[in-house]
Amino acid sequence: MAFLEIDGLRKRFGSVEILKGIDLDLEKGGFLVLVGPSGCGKSTLLNTIAGLETITEGEIRVDGRTINDLHPSKRDIAMVFQSYALYPNMTVAGNIAFGMEMRGVPAQERQKAIDKVAKVLQIGHLLQRKPSQLSGGQRQRVAMGRALVRDPKLFLFDEPLSNLDAKLRVDMRIEIKRLHATTGTTIVYVTHDQIEAMTLATKIAVMRDGEVQQFGTPAEIYNNPTNLFVADFMGSPAMNLIPATIGGNGNALSVVLQREAREPISLALADAPTGLSAFHSKPIIFGVRPEALTDPEGAERNASNIATADCHIEVVEPAGSDTFAVTNLGGKAVVARLRADANIQPGTSTPLAFNLTKAVFFDPATENRIL
Amino acid sequence: MSVIATPARQSTGGISARTVNRILIYSLLALFALFYLMPLFVMLVTSFKTMDEIQSGNMLALPQAPTFEPWLKAWGETCVGLTCAGIKGYFWNSIKMVVPAVLISTLLGALNGYVLTKWRFRGHTLVFGLMLFACFIPFQSVLLPMATILGSLGRFGVTLRNATGFSFGLGNPTVNLVFVHVVYGLGFTTLFFRNYYEAFPTELVKAAQVDGASFFQIFRRIMLPNSMPIFVVTVIYQFTNIWNDFLFASAYAGTGDAMPMTVALNNVVNTSTGVVEYNVNMAAAMIAALPTLLVYVVAGRYFVRGLMAGAVKG
Amino acid sequence: MTTVTTQIKLTPEHSARPGASMRSRLQDALPKIVLAPSFAITIVFVYGFILWTVYLSFTNSKTFPSYALTGPRAYQRLWRWTFESDPPSSWYTSITNMGIFGFLYIFICLALGLFLAILLDQKIRGEGVLRPIYLYPMALSFIVTGVAWKWFLDPGLGLEQTLHQWGWTSFHFDWIKNKDFVIYTVVIAGVWQASGFIMAMFLAGLRGIDGEIMKAAQIDGATTFQLYRRIVIPLLRPVFLSAFIVLAHLAIKSYDLVVALTSGGPGGSAWLPSNFMYEYTFKRNEMAVGSASAVIMLMTITAIIVPYLYSELREKPR
Ligand SMILES: Nc1ncnc2c1ncn2[C@@H]1O[C@H](COP(=O)(O)OP(=O)(O)O)[C@@H](O)[C@H]1O
Ligand SMILES: [Mg+2]
Repeated sequence: MAFLEIDGLRKRFGSVEILKGIDLDLEKGGFLVLVGPSGCGKSTLLNTIAGLETITEGEIRVDGRTINDLHPSKRDIAMVFQSYALYPNMTVAGNIAFGMEMRGVPAQERQKAIDKVAKVLQIGHLLQRKPSQLSGGQRQRVAMGRALVRDPKLFLFDEPLSNLDAKLRVDMRIEIKRLHATTGTTIVYVTHDQIEAMTLATKIAVMRDGEVQQFGTPAEIYNNPTNLFVADFMGSPAMNLIPATIGGNGNALSVVLQREAREPISLALADAPTGLSAFHSKPIIFGVRPEALTDPEGAERNASNIATADCHIEVVEPAGSDTFAVTNLGGKAVVARLRADANIQPGTSTPLAFNLTKAVFFDPATENRIL
Repeated sequence: MSVIATPARQSTGGISARTVNRILIYSLLALFALFYLMPLFVMLVTSFKTMDEIQSGNMLALPQAPTFEPWLKAWGETCVGLTCAGIKGYFWNSIKMVVPAVLISTLLGALNGYVLTKWRFRGHTLVFGLMLFACFIPFQSVLLPMATILGSLGRFGVTLRNATGFSFGLGNPTVNLVFVHVVYGLGFTTLFFRNYYEAFPTELVKAAQVDGASFFQIFRRIMLPNSMPIFVVTVIYQFTNIWNDFLFASAYAGTGDAMPMTVALNNVVNTSTGVVEYNVNMAAAMIAALPTLLVYVVAGRYFVRGLMAGAVKG
Repeated sequence: MTTVTTQIKLTPEHSARPGASMRSRLQDALPKIVLAPSFAITIVFVYGFILWTVYLSFTNSKTFPSYALTGPRAYQRLWRWTFESDPPSSWYTSITNMGIFGFLYIFICLALGLFLAILLDQKIRGEGVLRPIYLYPMALSFIVTGVAWKWFLDPGLGLEQTLHQWGWTSFHFDWIKNKDFVIYTVVIAGVWQASGFIMAMFLAGLRGIDGEIMKAAQIDGATTFQLYRRIVIPLLRPVFLSAFIVLAHLAIKSYDLVVALTSGGPGGSAWLPSNFMYEYTFKRNEMAVGSASAVIMLMTITAIIVPYLYSELREKPR
């Protein structure tokens, strides 16, 4: 039995169904990230776990106990909000202690708890300030402090980093990861940023329009996306999704990519998924991540199935650590990720290596993965 | 947003068109300032003049021998109807009516705004709409039923007093006016707080819920401490309106000792027995104006905000 | 609340559940309980009383309310009086005055308010002094300032006398004593009171206009006049609407203005419907007629306000 279990959860606002039957579970000490585009229902789902929204249908259990009708303060949770939601009229210390005050914890104990949390988060010098006198990063820390001090069974984070600038965001991300590692608490974390999802999670739920599209470990989600939406949403730069057809014969299938004003490329597939033979001569979507499309010297040494083809390079984007090259296949711009020192010119043709071990195929009609 | 930002074109006469323009604008503005100030100015100077000076002199002239006599007389001696004890009693009547009415209506408005934004329920817009519309009704359409009800409550108060020796405020005109002003001020105070709390971050309320604060604890510890500006706006708006009210005051306390200031002043001014003492009238008017004028001078910014909030719904 | 049974099965502390759920049910209802008194007060003392007034208008109540319905007689009388112009009935005077006053008051306030706002928006030094001066009349009761106005407009004491003293002896200004013109003095005083506030509304509107739009128009070669006529004033449309609503509702409610300035004017010639209602109800013992006139006032305001409120409240889906 998992620590957090969500069964058939539905949420309606009036007649609009926002959550359409969510099933998730998370082991104790796990880090579940809910990721998806804005408006897909992540915050609503988190709020139902917190008890800030009622549930229309379904059940939420923590540690085996149904908490559907429990008041938020009775659920033994703590929550960090996107806007931090610090009480503007109270000092940092007052903010951190408010929950304890409400529970009638004596002042002395409150002070001890505040000091402890302040030390962990290094906000001791801020305790007497008002939230308006803090920087964005400091507010974020205080918000975390307010959550930490409760020592809850379950931490809930709603896009806690999205109001920070890029550098602080990375710092705080690491800090959250460290906190999770050292305290071993269970966390449910909402973000629309797939990098945060990949770096933090032990489990990811990719959501869209109130439904979970895929639920699994970061590696599963990244390498084996179940449908076009997940493939497209996770990863940066995004996976190349190229319209193609299946050619070849019998056991030796190949994927055929159209090119502008030149004959098509045909890539032989050594170990194609079994479902693919049904798509012979039919259109499919060929998915290949930029890092699986490289200069031949940079290709993965131990990959079993690498095919090379000449491609016309349209744009070159040196990004410092890598160089991205854009070519056109199947009528779409396709991004390849080359080594930083790859000598490559726009307007010329260059051989590119396709790592077909990492390639995935989708049925354009259902948008699902072909297995 | 300003428009006169284009570089001035130099006219041949030596004075630029821009300068002429500016002079024109400032003169117009000054002229209108005089127009708006004139009544207050006339009241002020006249209240310091003797009757002789008023009859012989110019109404716009400054007093030649300023005297406080009219103010003292207005405060302590002038006749309101048949009693000649000045307006001081009526001034206190107004205070006794305004303070509780403002406090109660503001507090209720704050609670209503809190519920209507942070604890929404089905039909909250309809409830708010009905309360809001009440701001706009001509009070003539409720004047009579209210008079009838206050009359019966008064009679009930007499019965109560006969039975228990205490009327519980029933039938007391000041209590009646407090009640009336609370009832018909609720729409405004609710509107002010609703619009303010609408923009108040809901996440704070959620955080407090997670922290275990109850409905009233959230209101007292989170909402109220962060509502100072709208409190000031509402209190000033209600204070000004209730202090200045004439319709309810004359309908429900139009005679007798419980008259509020406005009614008393109207009586002073319209008393037609003997010589009209304009200086005393003006002094009485100034005294009646002082509280709101003071509030306006001290916190005019908030007063304007209140007017705007009452005018433009959010 | 529908899963109480499953809880009893699942939670070890089930004996505590019913009580807790009662308390939480009370907690859930608390917001409504808090709002209820205010809402009930509004329903009874606003809407209930309105119905009561409507009811009274269909009786033949005189000095005291009578509750026997006698049909729309009060309305029939008002209807007859509406056309009784020679000599004018009080009702005829009141509604004609309402027309004159309403139109001039709204129109002049809008024009003057906009004009002053535009002037004040020209980077004026001393704006901080001028603005409160324009606006203060709104903070004072007209019962107070009416004293000064009455004096100022009195031919024997005020403006006329002052100008005579200054040598302009042929000057005559006795509108306040003239039954055909007294309503125009009410307009003057009304405009004096409200125009500063309308100015403030327009000024806020002007300050809210994106400065870059103005710069773009200037680069396009618009003169100042064109700029205001073609760009600014169209952008102020919502302010016009709000200001109109405010003024219309102030105009219909105007009561103390007439009382303080004219005491009703010679022979009631300055009455507005609000004065008509008060006089007929409380002084002339024609309660049914007074109620009928109040109902007509209410319907007039409703026709203006309700569409406005409806659009204001509906426009904001959440
Ligand atoms: N109280 C509410 N009433 C009606 N609709 C709501 C409410 N809260 C959220 N929604 C709707 O639910 C959807 C999901 O919202 P949310 O959970 O905040 O999305 P996310 O956090 O994924 O961006 C949105 O379309 C939003 O408009
Ligand atoms: Mg969200």
